[in-house]
Amino acid sequence: MAKVPEIELMFQGTTACPGCGAGNAMRYLLKALGKNTIINIPACCWAVIPGVYPSRNLDIPLLYNAFEATGAASSGVRAALNAKGVDPREITVVGFAGDGGTADIGIQALSGCVERGTDTIQVMYDNEAYMNTGIQRSGETPYGAWTTTTPVGSKQAWKKAPKKNMMEIMNAHGIPYAVTMSIAYPELMIEKIQKAKDILGPKFVHIYAPCPTGWRSNPSDTVELARLAVDTCVFPLYEIENGVYNVYKKPKKKVPVKDYLKIQGRFRHLPEEEVERIQKNVDLEWEKLLKKVKFTKE
Amino acid sequence: MKSEVRIMTKEEVYRIVIDPKDHRDVPLTFITDCPSYLMTKTGSWRTLRPIVDNEKCIKCGICWKFCPDVSIHVKDDGAEVDYEFCKGCGICAKECPVDAIIMEKEEDYV
Ligand SMILES: Cc1ncc(C[n+]2csc(CCOP(=O)(O)OP(=O)(O)O)c2C)c(N)n1
Ligand code: SF4
Ligand code: SF4
Ligand code: SF4
Ligand SMILES: [Mg+2]
Repeated sequence: MAKVPEIELMFQGTTACPGCGAGNAMRYLLKALGKNTIINIPACCWAVIPGVYPSRNLDIPLLYNAFEATGAASSGVRAALNAKGVDPREITVVGFAGDGGTADIGIQALSGCVERGTDTIQVMYDNEAYMNTGIQRSGETPYGAWTTTTPVGSKQAWKKAPKKNMMEIMNAHGIPYAVTMSIAYPELMIEKIQKAKDILGPKFVHIYAPCPTGWRSNPSDTVELARLAVDTCVFPLYEIENGVYNVYKKPKKKVPVKDYLKIQGRFRHLPEEEVERIQKNVDLEWEKLLKKVKFTKE
Repeated sequence: MKSEVRIMTKEEVYRIVIDPKDHRDVPLTFITDCPSYLMTKTGSWRTLRPIVDNEKCIKCGICWKFCPDVSIHVKDDGAEVDYEFCKGCGICAKECPVDAIIMEKEEDYV
């Protein structure tokens, strides 16, 4: 297994909340990619985390782009490098957006970027809501969760729509490589990011990044939550390489979903039958994934 | 007005950040070089303080690996918290396999 490189391209002095999962998402990404990387970031927590002018938090060039434009901005950076005659293997271009910026408002720019076959890594760091503006629901907010726009109380209006499956949307583009990863498994993250780096064309990376502020969880539980998401099969770790599925980290023993839900305030209101319903859905999705692996590997 | 593209010197950065005269004092350069660790000392946010017992520490590096603020480093004689930046999240204490880190109230230390 790849070791976690000692190089730190993300400095101390970020303005992220204590225990923020998105911090290590960036830190491990850059440890894996190294200095020859250009990153573009839209409006999201990570647009704020580096601090205000003249603060510089990353030891690589960072370009800010409009909320909806990450895929287009990455395409522009790659086109500029091509015009200068830079070999795509020499410099990695990364679009790094939140779940809102990827799965909702940025989805057409991302779709265009992937469809054109642009040489980039498009990262979605997923904290399952619009956190930077105060915890509004996104397409990636899971069923059952409280957010400020899916309130609970007199109105039991917790999120009723399911989580949008970005891996399937990317696979439908015929993308060469798409992968999910978790900040609870840094070594695996490094390994899979380096694998993505060496593949030509567009790559999609879905990083699960717990947010104590928005999930109403204890900051010290961030890594534990990311681990539980994998062990419960709520967030399976898998990759799709040219249409072929592979689950690269299976839980040794499947943990009940309620163990994952109960340490997050955003699920506190759920009655038992809703927890059961979520468990059933997780089981079904997991079975479906295993079938996709079997079907595409044969 | 200066308008060339260049990197600010460390002295300029310190002067601008710590003691600016007015907005014209900021040179018109596109490239700045003020690493965030010079201007954002996040240690003051802390309400809980990690305390390492290096008698127990097995120097596995897990705390360093998981600290989202790069604020605990493992050396030959054990783990050392960088209190200038540590935000007190408690991830290191939770993940340490031998419970060598405990979280105490910051107010007891100030
Ligand atoms: C066009 C546009 N609409 C709305 C906003 C306001 N806005 C800034 S960040 C943000 C939420 C970002 O959510 P997400 O992409 O999930 O990233 P997170 O903040 O959760 O890390 C919104 C709505 C904006 N900057 N631009
Ligand atoms: S709101 Fe959440 S994602 Fe944003 S900085 Fe805070 S913990 Fe991180
Ligand atoms: S995790 Fe615990 S045992 Fe390992 S280096 Fe840190 S303090 Fe020492
Ligand atoms: S309490 Fe949090 S910020 Fe401080 S050293 Fe431990 S993991 Fe890092
Ligand atoms: Mg988000």
